[in-house]
Amino acid sequence: MKTNKYKIVAMSLLFSATFLISCNNDDDNNSVTPTLDFSGSYVLQDQMARPAINTVFIGSGAPKDAFNTTIPSAMGAAYQGVFQSRLMALNPGYTTNLLGLSAAAFTGVLATDVLGVAKSGPTSFYNGTQVLTGRALADDVIDVELILIFGGPDATANPGLTSDHVNANDKTFLTSFPYLASAW
Amino acid sequence: MKKTKMVLGLSLVAISGLIFMAADHADAPAVTGNASDITDVYAFQGQDTNNMVFVVNTQGLLSPGATAAATFNENVMTELNIDNNGDNVEDLVIQAIKRGDKMYFFGPTAPGTTGATSTVKTTAASGSVAISAYGSTPITATENGMKFFAGPRDDPFFFDLGQFKSILGGTATGFNNPGTDTFAGTNVLATVIEVPKSMLGTSATISVWAETKKKI
Repeated sequence: MKTNKYKIVAMSLLFSATFLISCNNDDDNNSVTPTLDFSGSYVLQDQMARPAINTVFIGSGAPKDAFNTTIPSAMGAAYQGVFQSRLMALNPGYTTNLLGLSAAAFTGVLATDVLGVAKSGPTSFYNGTQVLTGRALADDVIDVELILIFGGPDATANPGLTSDHVNANDKTFLTSFPYLASAW
Repeated sequence: MKKTKMVLGLSLVAISGLIFMAADHADAPAVTGNASDITDVYAFQGQDTNNMVFVVNTQGLLSPGATAAATFNENVMTELNIDNNGDNVEDLVIQAIKRGDKMYFFGPTAPGTTGATSTVKTTAASGSVAISAYGSTPITATENGMKFFAGPRDDPFFFDLGQFKSILGGTATGFNNPGTDTFAGTNVLATVIEVPKSMLGTSATISVWAETKKKI
């Protein structure tokens, strides 16, 4: 315990020193030397990977907070059953979906809220070829999720519920960093 | 018959108190409307295809009038978690936290401890960027092969949330065509990090999730 404390102090000193050096050019003015303190413990408040998972599959109030503060490795066991009940409440006619997943299998995937990302090639939530290889800004993730929840095995079931008919963002994305459009 | 059953199902969901906010905007009472509320996470290949881009947006549904006053919180760290062996436990983290008028970045590096409680990995400082002001040209920084941005941007998310709520509430049976983007004209506080893929381990795929963590 004591050792750890010393370690943290030593690390903080080292880090402050780095910034002191980098701020030498400020010697000739009166700016306050940054004494940056990053010490302390930080505790989980919100967690998110795939879009709209907590919002769709977890009941309102305290359960949402509980889901947000559950680490992904513990989510599957804690939430698969909850997700399956919710899926069947949303769509009592659910059999399988476009990915061929049963209710148990589909919710088993969803309950562990992590986003799969490919390290090579295009990245997309779903674009007909790529399935869950990332999430690009322009991906119509809501339609994908609606199709998987309501569309049945061939995406033709419940046609009124499988697209919200909002297919793109209200501003054009940039082709280069930082990619997101300027604020309204 | 099928349709009735489904509408009934949807109504039951509505009755049981499911309030749908999307994608993750204001998803839970403890975080709604504060700096810890993650609205969306994106991970995609960069303009330079050797790079991966991570976007974590917070504090959604900011009207233009409210955006200038929205700020990052020095006690809230944004942490990108990267699992590269499929066990859903983070092997690498990238951390971002505000000090003064700058956002400081750490990693990608192995976390001190995995799980719900973290420390800032000060031994793995990777750079910083001045937080961009509302209405001004975005300020970006490039350090150690990485690019950094922090500040207000248009919310890239789009969805007819209003109609979906009506469907859940039983006052509509389907979406309109065309729909209405509930998130049109709203902003978020964005943190954008572009990282060489070579810094993310050697696996072919990774699993990614974002967390906000508050100092205790």
